[in-house]
Formats: sequence, C-alpha cells, structure tokens
Amino acid sequence: MLNEVKEVITAPIEVAKAMGITLKQLLRGPVTNQFPDEPAQVYPRFRGRHTLKRYENGLERCIGCALCAAACPTGCIYVEAAENTDEDRHSPGERYAKIYDINMLRCIFCGYCAEACPTEAIVLEHDFTLAEYDRWDAVYSKERLLEPNNPEYLVVRDDEVFVKAKTWSNK
Amino acid sequence: MSQQTVQILVDIVKLSIVASVIMGIFVFILLVERKLIGRFTRRYGPNRVGPFGLLQSIADAIKMMLKEEMVPGHVNKIVYVIAPGMALMSALSVFAVIPFARDTITLPLESLIGFSVILTPWVADVNVGVLYLLAVGTLGSYGIILGGWSSNNKYSLLGALRTSAQMLSYELPLGVAILSVVVMTGTLRVTEIVEWQTQFAGFAWLAFLQPIAFLIFFISALAESGRAPFDLPETENELISGFMTEYGALKFGLFQAAEFVHAMMFCTITVTIFLGGWNLPFLNEILSVLPSPIQALAPVIHVGIFIGKSLVVYCSLIWIRASVPRMRFDQLMAFCWKWLLPIALLNLLVTVFVLAIIAELLGLW
Repeated sequence: MLNEVKEVITAPIEVAKAMGITLKQLLRGPVTNQFPDEPAQVYPRFRGRHTLKRYENGLERCIGCALCAAACPTGCIYVEAAENTDEDRHSPGERYAKIYDINMLRCIFCGYCAEACPTEAIVLEHDFTLAEYDRWDAVYSKERLLEPNNPEYLVVRDDEVFVKAKTWSNK
Repeated sequence: MSQQTVQILVDIVKLSIVASVIMGIFVFILLVERKLIGRFTRRYGPNRVGPFGLLQSIADAIKMMLKEEMVPGHVNKIVYVIAPGMALMSALSVFAVIPFARDTITLPLESLIGFSVILTPWVADVNVGVLYLLAVGTLGSYGIILGGWSSNNKYSLLGALRTSAQMLSYELPLGVAILSVVVMTGTLRVTEIVEWQTQFAGFAWLAFLQPIAFLIFFISALAESGRAPFDLPETENELISGFMTEYGALKFGLFQAAEFVHAMMFCTITVTIFLGGWNLPFLNEILSVLPSPIQALAPVIHVGIFIGKSLVVYCSLIWIRASVPRMRFDQLMAFCWKWLLPIALLNLLVTVFVLAIIAELLGLW
C-alpha cells in the first residue's frame, strides 16, 4: 500500500518529466533529410557507386590491366583491354579499357577493386541511387562510370571521421 | 408551413451543418495530429500531398473509399456492418447539445412567412444535457464491443472485452467528476453551465474552481475515448488492432474517424464544462465597449474561441500521446478503482460540504 501511494505521488512527476522531454524535442525541430528536394548528406568514407577517374589532362587513368576484376570477390567486373594508338589515345600507357562493365546487382561495395588498382583509376564514390527499371540497366558500362559524373544531389559531409586518429596509432 | 415545421427544418439543417463541419475539422485534425506527433519525434510528418501536406487526409480518405469492401465469411454480417456506423454516430450526436456561442439570432421573416425564425448556436438545449452527454458519448463503446464480437476473431473479442471493462470502469469517475460540477452550478443544462462560468468577469472556469474534478475528468475522458496512454482496446503489439482487426476499407476508416471524433467530442465537453465554453475572461466586458458592428460579430468570435480552446485541448492530448507509454491492463483497472473513483467521490463529498457551509453562512437554506 505504501509503495502504491509513493507510486501515485511520483507518477505525475514522471509524466511531467516525460512531457517536458517531448516538448524539448518539439522545439528542437525535425532532423529529417528531405532527400529528393534537398541534397543527401554522405560521409566522406561512404562507399557508393564506382567512378573511373581521369588525370588532370583528361586522359583516363585506367590501363585495362583487369587487376580489379581479379580482386573482385563476386566477379562483377568485366574488363576488355585494347591498344592505345597515337590517333586514338585514351590513357597514357600502352593499353586502355575498351570495355569496362560493372554489374551493380552483384557488387557488394567491398572496395577491393579500388585497393587492387595500380593507377588508382577506380574509386568507390558516394552515389547511392542505383535503382533501375530494367535488370540490364544495372550493368554499368564505362560511359556511365567515367568522370565527370558526380551527381548534384549529394553533399559529402566534412565532419571528422568517427574514429579518432589517436586510436589508430595506439598500439 | 407552420412555425413548428420550419423550426424542425431549421434544426435538421443545423444538425447537418454541425455534423459536416465536425467531419471537416476531423480531416484537419487528423493532419494536425500526424504532423504534431512527427514534430514531437523530430520528423516532419506528412508533407508530400499538396502544400505542407494539407491534402494528405483527403488522399487517405480517397484511398480508403477506393479499397475493396470485404466482409469476411465468418462474421455476423448485420452487426459487423452496423458497428462502425454506430461508433461514429454516437460520437457525432453529442455535438447536438454543445453550445458554440451565446447569442441566439432572430431572423425577421414576418413579412415573408408570417413569423420570425430563431437561430440558436446549439442544435438542442436539453434540460438534462449533461446526462445526455454522458449517455450518448459513451454509447460509442457499443460500436466497439459489437464490432469486436461480430468479427468472430479472438483478438477482436479480447479487444472488445477490454474496451467494455475499461469504458464501464472509467464511466464512474467521469460521472462523479461531472457530478461535483453539477452540484456547484446547480443545473444539468449545458448552456446554463457555460453561462455560470461567465461570472466574475469570465474567471469562474470550473477548471479553476474544481481542479481535482477537472483532472479526473480529463484522465477519464482520455480513457473513455481510448486514446494513448489508455488505448488498450487496440494495443497493436498484443492484439494486432483489437476490435478493428477484421475491418478494412471504408468500415475501418469509419472506426478510425469514430475514434478521432470521440476524442474531439471529449475535448469539446472539457471546454464547455470546465474551460468556460465560448467565453474568455473579460470578453463580455471588452465586447460591450466596442462599437455595435463588432458586437454583432459576437457569435463568430464565440465560435472561434470555442474551436480554438478545443484545439488547444486536443493538442494537449497529442502531447500526452507523444510522451506517455501505454498502461498495462491491470494498472489501468487498479488506477481507476483504487485511485480515481475514491478521489472523485471524496472531491464530491468535500464540494457538497463546502457548498453547504457557504449556504449556511449566507443563509441561503
């Protein structure tokens, strides 16, 4: 009985506290990101769709070595190389990728391709809008992967990385 | 046409206007509730359909109407179909005795039809209005109980059983809380209770004079309208959707509407009985010094104040819903029978004693 009396006396205080908390949240305003209307924010290390990079002079970095395809755990990358000629030059080296396809339905965005790449041609950037109406459209060809193709609906946050550098060096 | 026929026709027109306005406000309030709940949880709430999402409720209504009307094979068809309508009807009929303003308007139509038509800002002024409020307002639980029983589904039946127990229990503190008000005002007529509260320059709100009764009434009204934290008839996590489990399309929509209109109804009752109805402190005094064209607008101002007050009460309901978790059923019952009812009775007793002493001192016996 005594406990119950205590409960009945403390309950209104608790309810008032709860209502105070919700009121505080109400006044802080929504945090929802209205995605199609305003750009989505992604973290700098977020791994989205691949991008085939270029040098500053416009030449492709990719040399068609297919190391990415070898490193890919799901085998979603298909590379077919061709020789560069002086009339038809795509990359600074001897060869370039004539066909460079990535099957986005198979890709698991592990980033091994970017790790394997000797010229840092393939990078996992931040685009995440990978829905297609046709299954075959999910196989991204070289034209869709090559720079410049950064979508304007993305904003890369410039906050500090979650894990502080100190914890990395801490042995 | 005789005067009586015209008056009846006027009443019917008024009734339909009130009902349609209430349903219009319901559509608006549905959106307010969803938006406000969203804001409380730091979301936006619906904002895609129309400007600021204003057309969201209409889109939902169209969706409900276009869905297939399905009657499951194992239900009691007649009761199953009647139940949602019954729930909504009882909630709507309560608005008949609510006074939305003070002044009656007399339309001078002697030259046209031989007599003047009196327009009152309420549909009916029943001399046992408070009794009517209680009786009809809680008739809505029949809709829920019938719906739950006729669905022939264990979750529905459990929801209906809980509803009936909850409604019956909370009816008592609700009634006793109102009784102490009736003892103070000395009348059961709703318009007179509102009029009584215009004393002392409109400061005689019964919420101030009877704070305990007001609180008990408010809590019981929450429970009676089945709103959080007392929404046990439809506990989603244990009873799927309670009495609404077997309902779909428009019938489900009607149940939803009934629930919201029920809550709105208790808001308006709270405003009329405890929060001074259409009146605000000093309103009459301010109105009397203003020029007569503005004074002629008094009914409009009154209705505006009434709706505003009801909205404020409704927003507090939403606030509570956003803050307080649902009660367990045994807690609910224990709270009602062990605390609310005794306190309400004690409050009534004290009220009667104090009133008797005051009457004795003033020699009013």
